[in-house]
Amino acid sequence: MTEPFTVKNYLRDLKLPFCPGCGAHTVMNTFLKAVHELGHADLKEFIFCSGIGCSAWIPSPYFLADSVHTLHGRSIPVATGIKLLRPDHNVVVFGGDGDIVGIGLSHFIHAARRNLDVLVIMVNNMIYGMTGGQVAPTTPFKTKTTTTPYGSFEYPLDAAKLAAAAGASYVARWTTVHQNDLKQSIKKAIGMQGFRFIEVTSQCPTAFGRRAGFKDAGEMIRWFRENAVSVEEAKELGEEDVSSKIVVGEYAEKKRPTLVETIRQSIKEAQRQNAQS
Amino acid sequence: MVRSPGFEPGSSAWEADVLAKLDYDRNATVDSKRNNLNLYPYSSKRKTGKMKTAKPGTYFWQGNEACAEGAISAGCHFFAGYPITPASEIAEHMAKRLPLLGGIVIQMEDELASIGSVIGASWTGNKAMTATSGPGFSLMQESIGYAFITETPCVIVDVQRAGPSTGQATKCGQGDVMQARWGTHGDYSAIVLSPNSVQEMFQLTARAFNLAEQYRTPVILLSDEITAHMREQIAVPPLESMNIINRRKPKPGEKAFFGGEEVPPMPAVGEGFNVAVTGSTHDEFGIRATADPTVHRKLVERLNNKIQNHTDEIVESEEYGTDDCEIAIVSYGCTSRSVYEAVENARKEGIKVGYVRLKTLWPFSDKIIEKLAKTARTIIVPEMNLKQIYYEVQRAAKGSARTISINKIGGGELITPEELLAKVEEAHKSD
Repeated sequence: MTEPFTVKNYLRDLKLPFCPGCGAHTVMNTFLKAVHELGHADLKEFIFCSGIGCSAWIPSPYFLADSVHTLHGRSIPVATGIKLLRPDHNVVVFGGDGDIVGIGLSHFIHAARRNLDVLVIMVNNMIYGMTGGQVAPTTPFKTKTTTTPYGSFEYPLDAAKLAAAAGASYVARWTTVHQNDLKQSIKKAIGMQGFRFIEVTSQCPTAFGRRAGFKDAGEMIRWFRENAVSVEEAKELGEEDVSSKIVVGEYAEKKRPTLVETIRQSIKEAQRQNAQS
Repeated sequence: MVRSPGFEPGSSAWEADVLAKLDYDRNATVDSKRNNLNLYPYSSKRKTGKMKTAKPGTYFWQGNEACAEGAISAGCHFFAGYPITPASEIAEHMAKRLPLLGGIVIQMEDELASIGSVIGASWTGNKAMTATSGPGFSLMQESIGYAFITETPCVIVDVQRAGPSTGQATKCGQGDVMQARWGTHGDYSAIVLSPNSVQEMFQLTARAFNLAEQYRTPVILLSDEITAHMREQIAVPPLESMNIINRRKPKPGEKAFFGGEEVPPMPAVGEGFNVAVTGSTHDEFGIRATADPTVHRKLVERLNNKIQNHTDEIVESEEYGTDDCEIAIVSYGCTSRSVYEAVENARKEGIKVGYVRLKTLWPFSDKIIEKLAKTARTIIVPEMNLKQIYYEVQRAAKGSARTISINKIGGGELITPEELLAKVEEAHKSD
């Protein structure tokens, strides 16, 4: 890590597409900082996958790297094909909540179950931002969106808990306020194997904040800061109290055989059995 | 191999005929080194073990097994699929065979994931395939469009059954002909091959890979339950004599992976090319251009032209008696198997009948039909659907020949040689 950190070393010379105040800037910056601190002068050892939505634009085409910008919801399957045949590379998936746990939910669960060796960074802005602010599976109860103008009547999904339950090797949730924690978490996850999931609760002042009653991005960030409780603190709170909070911290960290390992083993076993017969 | 008129399956004349039709050089010497290189060009890090593709010779295989073996011979290194009748045997056979060659087979959670991982695998520089039937094929359509616009070579096998929807899941149909052509949204062109024998399940699968690699596009092998489930004798040519095409890779420093020429070179991810792949409209460097009308026109026109302008090279067909026929039968897939006998018997009755069997459905060759319509007064189109290729034939005949359709759906019942002969006799009388 001889050179000082500058995002320009990792980006194509293109204008970023995000709205002013968007949390994607923070996630992009924090990810690249983490990569830099791990000693990567470039992104050669990474392959990025993303689907459709604002967060899918974090790597594609802005990262000066291999990036496969797939269909809505299908980033994890494409990453599966890539990782199984390029196991020597770090495969990182970026996506929004709609992409990863809306339309792509079953892939997410199965990737965690298989312990597929990818890092999924889900930027959860609690809304379908790119299409103009429709209700998402992560939208808090009673929130006004363009498709729930009288308030959402569904309860949101806890993606971090789900990933942990499905068998992920590493799960953490932070918000855009917790930049240092997020960075440390990303560094840790990059160094691990298996399915790693980091959820970043992020502000979308344009499509979420505006209708949900937040004046600007700053007000949303204050909301994150005031409502974030740690996993440990949350254990002390009742279920109802927790539901209005953002529970941050690490949800899972365990070592179990990863998909790359188990497939390799099964190929070896197949060849051994065949040689015997 | 389906018998051509005059041959008894299994006879020495039949075998000679089969071998004569195989695309290989029988004098080629075995060069296992070159072979390894051709088959698994990107797996140098993995131990591929001894070559275990099927040895040349004759076998008694099921169509789906032959399809899997054809893929393996073509160098398929990754297979992902989801169980569905009547295509599951392809996944099962791949699962048995591919790991022995160091390849990967994975059963995904659905067809969306299956084709997704196939696309990912293709971008690592490997050949990849999935296999399904109508319902799963419908689910894959969005990704087929993605593979088309991102120029991702891959093979999708659709073993047709009787639809729509769940329909008659175990019974044969030919109802996906138009879905194979127009299934995804937007302007696109498809390459669709139609095998009619176990032999062709092997050979056209291998050819599907070749076309996918040559034109950098998804290729569909449109089989059907009858062709996929029947067992018959098949001749496997020596591997080293098969014509195997691999995608062109860029030279170091090359940057235009999505334009600049008809079929641009394709890099693999993880090789330092910094390739940006996107399903959005993009320029030749892969950078999204979602508002510029000229970029969209240039891209989409090139993607379509690279297939349409090569229709003559892509299209393969089989003909018999078309020089002097008064009545011609145009068929494809399992339906064509009844045609041979009907033509033989009609000829015995003194009716001048010929046939054209389409081995490539899309791009559709107007030329073949135009030529046929100049000789034949009547063209009969038998199909196990409600007129899907019929209207193409009618359009291409341009009124030079009368077109008649025979359609039969349900229960997996083939159009019989007798039914065909009756139609031929009827047409002959009214001529």
